[in-house]
Amino acid sequence: MRLLRAGHWLNGIALVLLAGVYVRAFAYTPLERMQGAAQKIFYVHVPAAIWAETAMILVGLASVFYLFLKDPRLDRFAAASAEVGTVFAAIVLTTGPIWGKPIWGTWWSWDARLTLTLFLFLLYVGYLLLRNAVNDPAERARFAAVLGICGMVLVPFIHFSVYMFRTLHPMPIVLKPSAPSLPPSMLATWLMSLGVFTLLYVGFVMQRYGLSYLREQLEASGDLHA
Amino acid sequence: MRLPDVVRHTWAVASKDLLIEFRSRTAIVSAAMFVILVLLVFTFARDPTAVAAVDLAPSILWVTLTFAAVLALNRAFQLELENQALDGLLLAPIGRSSIYLGKLIANLLFVGTVELIGVPLLALFFNITVLPYAGPLAAVIVLATIGFVSVGTLFSAMTVRTRVSELLLAVLVLPFMIPPLMWAARATGPLLAGRPLSDIIGWLKMLAAYDIVFVGLALLLFPATVNE
Amino acid sequence: MLRAEELHHSFGSVRALDGVSFSVRPGQTLAIFGPNGAGKTTLLKVLAGLIRPQRGRAHVEGGRRAIGWIGHQAQLYNQLTVNENLRFWASLYDVPPPGELLARLGLDEHADRPVRALSRGLVQRVAIARALVHNPAVLLLDEPFTGLDRTAAETLGRLLAQHAAAGRATVLVTHNVEEGTGLATDVAFMRAGRFVHFAPRAGRGAQQVGEEYRDAIA
Repeated sequence: MRLLRAGHWLNGIALVLLAGVYVRAFAYTPLERMQGAAQKIFYVHVPAAIWAETAMILVGLASVFYLFLKDPRLDRFAAASAEVGTVFAAIVLTTGPIWGKPIWGTWWSWDARLTLTLFLFLLYVGYLLLRNAVNDPAERARFAAVLGICGMVLVPFIHFSVYMFRTLHPMPIVLKPSAPSLPPSMLATWLMSLGVFTLLYVGFVMQRYGLSYLREQLEASGDLHA
Repeated sequence: MRLPDVVRHTWAVASKDLLIEFRSRTAIVSAAMFVILVLLVFTFARDPTAVAAVDLAPSILWVTLTFAAVLALNRAFQLELENQALDGLLLAPIGRSSIYLGKLIANLLFVGTVELIGVPLLALFFNITVLPYAGPLAAVIVLATIGFVSVGTLFSAMTVRTRVSELLLAVLVLPFMIPPLMWAARATGPLLAGRPLSDIIGWLKMLAAYDIVFVGLALLLFPATVNE
Repeated sequence: MLRAEELHHSFGSVRALDGVSFSVRPGQTLAIFGPNGAGKTTLLKVLAGLIRPQRGRAHVEGGRRAIGWIGHQAQLYNQLTVNENLRFWASLYDVPPPGELLARLGLDEHADRPVRALSRGLVQRVAIARALVHNPAVLLLDEPFTGLDRTAAETLGRLLAQHAAAGRATVLVTHNVEEGTGLATDVAFMRAGRFVHFAPRAGRGAQQVGEEYRDAIA
């Protein structure tokens, strides 16, 4: 319960901060020369992508520890991280086209980040589907852990595949808004946004974890059907 | 000299599976039919004037083999469901690895048989020269198949008792099949165009790396799918 | 031959085993009676090594090699013949394929028929053969009388008696007090994960044990 409330607060603060980031993004950060206002999406798109991938790594790590320690808290965390990761991946996949259409002229492009995130999204959905399909909690935790670890191990191979794919299919326009080549004021805004997304990740995971825990308590006392 | 236990037990499990599959023949014939029909679909869906067959062949080959593999994977643990034979396997004094490896080998041979039917048919339907490159092509196919089947066998142990088990297995395993399928397709193209083996060594190395990593990982994780 | 020490195991919030300790010596046949959900199957699975208990230890002398399991699932492959099935299971235990075992169970004439072609009673006998193929020192039986026809039940009874006479141990769990009592040397009642009674049968008949059971469990 405490965790839920703490999560609520954290998210509330994070969202206010996100608004703050955007105020800064629009009012205080210069307009990017070539892309104009659409580039502002980058402050959401990239941190979300970073956390979508990090969440998958965390699912994998929590799964490894779960298989050794059998602590249900690790399983609850993995499930929470996977759900939050799914949402963040969805954010990337929706902001991508919104950003892309004005810039590239197409809704979708197989750029490295979008492709990787699409894979992550599919892995997350598979993970959640598997969890949903297994009724026994201990079996569900074990199976999810196996899938989570496989997913985490797949990520470097996806990176490689995407890299090779792009090398062999040159993109019409190469846009690489990577942090180091940004002017300092943009970099600052981006870092702030990354910080906000970190808070959002933690906040959402706390809430989801808290909800899982409450649900398990209710099921155990027979008040809620599994 | 007596073979080590793991080898004997693995072979016992694998040969039992193969005996069942090839005696009833339903599964293998259905899989072969599936491959033929998919090739037919590709034939009729294709506009022959648009792209040359030899350019399209790698994609068609790998799409077909990927889906054939996915369909073949479920049978491995389905066999054990009927009379709870899996419990018997777990009770026996054999390592869990023997169960996984036995199923893996049986699956590989099963999918391999389907591939042996599919590849010549592809060459036939699309009028592609395959024989001169048979060796390297076989290497690519073997490496990619090991990648597909290693993950698929592990996952099928988990999905076999769920509700929409075949569909769920496909959804879980396809993201894992895409990287090796991509590398295999990239390697097949140059091969069929007559390029030397040295051109595709890079792809073969990636496939081999993937296979080593995932077979190893599956061996480590398999006990978690069957032990309570 | 077989020992359980302070076994505890839960599935989620359900306590399946709540502190079970006992031992079975050679020649003993322990019958454990209990209602559904008492934890009997879980106990057997822990003894067999299929489940690792969250607390406590189970020890069977000789390990998995020495355990034979007879449950209500046959653990056979329908597409294979009786012989092929037995040979497969024998190979996993590194014992030669069974010879006279088939004769003992009256399965000789069916040896080369596929299991799916056999009647229910015959399948049960093959399942018993499968459990005995490696000459186990310990037999674990999970509701073995469910759905058995009379011939099979008699055969099973005979085999269990022979097994005990050969100085081996048996643990049999069932909710059917009538069938189980006759074979037992020791009797236990199990409820909610623990034993509420554990004593030698000492000449008590099925009716008496049945009454005590109903008193203890109700």
